Amino acid sequence: MMAIICRILSYPFMTNALVVGTIVSLCASMLGASLVPKRYSMIGDGLSHVGFAAVAVAYALDMTPLTVAMPVCMVTAFLLLRIHESSKVKGDAAIAVVCSAALAIGVMTVSLTTGMNTDVNSYLFGSILAMSKDDVRLSVALGLVVMVVYLLFYNRFFSLTFDEEFTRATDGHAETYKTVLALLTAAIVVLGMRMMGALLISSLIVIPTLSAMRACRRFSMVVTLGAVVSVVCFMAGVTASFALSVPTGACVVLVDLAAFCLLSLISKVMRR
Amino acid sequence: MGSLGETLLTCRDLTMSYGDHVVFEHVDFEVKAGERLCIVGENGAGKSTLVKGLLGLMRPTSGAIEWKEGRGHARIGYLPQRTAARDDFPASVREVILSGCLGTCGMRPWYTHEQRERAASTMSLLDIDDLSGETFCSLSGGQRQRVLLARAMCAADGLLLLDEPTASLDPMATKGLYELLRDLNESHGLTEIMVSHDIGPATEQATSILHLAGDRSFFGTPESYRASAAGRLFAEGGRP
Ligand SMILES: Nc1ncnc2c1ncn2[C@@H]1O[C@H](COP(=O)(O)OP(=O)(O)OP(=O)(O)O)[C@@H](O)[C@H]1O
Ligand SMILES: [Mg+2]
Repeated sequence: MMAIICRILSYPFMTNALVVGTIVSLCASMLGASLVPKRYSMIGDGLSHVGFAAVAVAYALDMTPLTVAMPVCMVTAFLLLRIHESSKVKGDAAIAVVCSAALAIGVMTVSLTTGMNTDVNSYLFGSILAMSKDDVRLSVALGLVVMVVYLLFYNRFFSLTFDEEFTRATDGHAETYKTVLALLTAAIVVLGMRMMGALLISSLIVIPTLSAMRACRRFSMVVTLGAVVSVVCFMAGVTASFALSVPTGACVVLVDLAAFCLLSLISKVMRR
Repeated sequence: MGSLGETLLTCRDLTMSYGDHVVFEHVDFEVKAGERLCIVGENGAGKSTLVKGLLGLMRPTSGAIEWKEGRGHARIGYLPQRTAARDDFPASVREVILSGCLGTCGMRPWYTHEQRERAASTMSLLDIDDLSGETFCSLSGGQRQRVLLARAMCAADGLLLLDEPTASLDPMATKGLYELLRDLNESHGLTEIMVSHDIGPATEQATSILHLAGDRSFFGTPESYRASAAGRLFAEGGRP
């Protein structure tokens, strides 16, 4: 075990991946605690698919993927949170449409231009090799910003997710809080997409929170335990993927799932 | 909080509707600081719709809702008829009640010691100290109602707006709540706007009554309400 960890740390790209991944999984689980109980889980999925489409278009136009994906995802997040409110379009159906439409656009763009090259593939399924020095710097900086902003808005996000109408009525800035939540989510989805893959990143938002909700009944505890579970699972997943030479994203998701099953089991036994 | 007798809220020729469906029209009323307004009416008469209008959650179709200078709709202690929170929402009672203090936070990201104190004293006032560590969603309907009332009281800056506060309370708790509300009004000078179906106790205590009924709404003192045709009809047909 120690030997594997030492070998992991001897590769610079692995250390980068560990640093970025830890920050991303920490942020993702915190945001998840605000999104999952409000039934916004699918938003991560919608965003990552749109992110993939944006990356594909960026390659076609020969632009930097992140600079295209970030603003596109932020606008999408803003719109998705609003679609949820309007009673005319059912929120989950709207997100399903957005997901498949974005994927279709992405695949079309790719096949008409470059073809499925490794870069696009790595955005779909994730790759820890893809990180450049600039990527790492950007990810760490943005991740820290997300974390700080989340903590500053923590009480406001709680009120917003618990009872939006009350927050709108008594505070008067609920729309701002909602927009901030959407922007943070978009930022983390785009950051995490690189490593986890567009198809898997939303699980990083949803599963740790679900696990924590099995064991805790207090919001602050759900946020804390979710963050711990998320980071531990990420570390374990990366280690396992390195040792077994399997894709990182998939491995992390499977470890997250295992943790969920374990916590469900424990809480069942404890409740007896 | 204004001095006693100052007009806090004036609604003039107010009409509210959902699309083409007009819920009520041409409603006029006013609330002075320290008064207690009781809003009555049949199911679907538009009481909750009016509440949404007062809170700024819905725009009036026509007419005006005017608050006293600088008062605005923020900082109203609002008790909703229903909460949106789902059954599995992980939140403790303390967290829920504290979230009522958000309006007083300004730019501060965290709750202050005073705000925590206020939440704690509200909890003991409503006799729910022992629930503070419980999960909100595991409570009974009446317990939830009291927790949400505590949250409303934390949010209130001199004005409570309660949408059917006694709907799921047992008779003892209902009586206790009316006493508490009267006490808050008398000793703290809290202005109260309450939607209620308990025509008896509610009209006894209120300083004015607003009866919503389509285009024939009534606004006046409890005495004139009881004497009016609408009042007599509603009291007979309504719940005892
Ligand atoms: N979101 C909505 N969209 C369309 N119509 C609505 C909506 N909410 C309420 N209504 C309609 O407006 C009318 C008034 O509803 P409201 O909830 O204000 O009644 P209420 O007086 O509070 O009734 P209750 O005593 O049952 O609480 C009803 O006829 C209802 O059908
Ligand atoms: Mg109602």
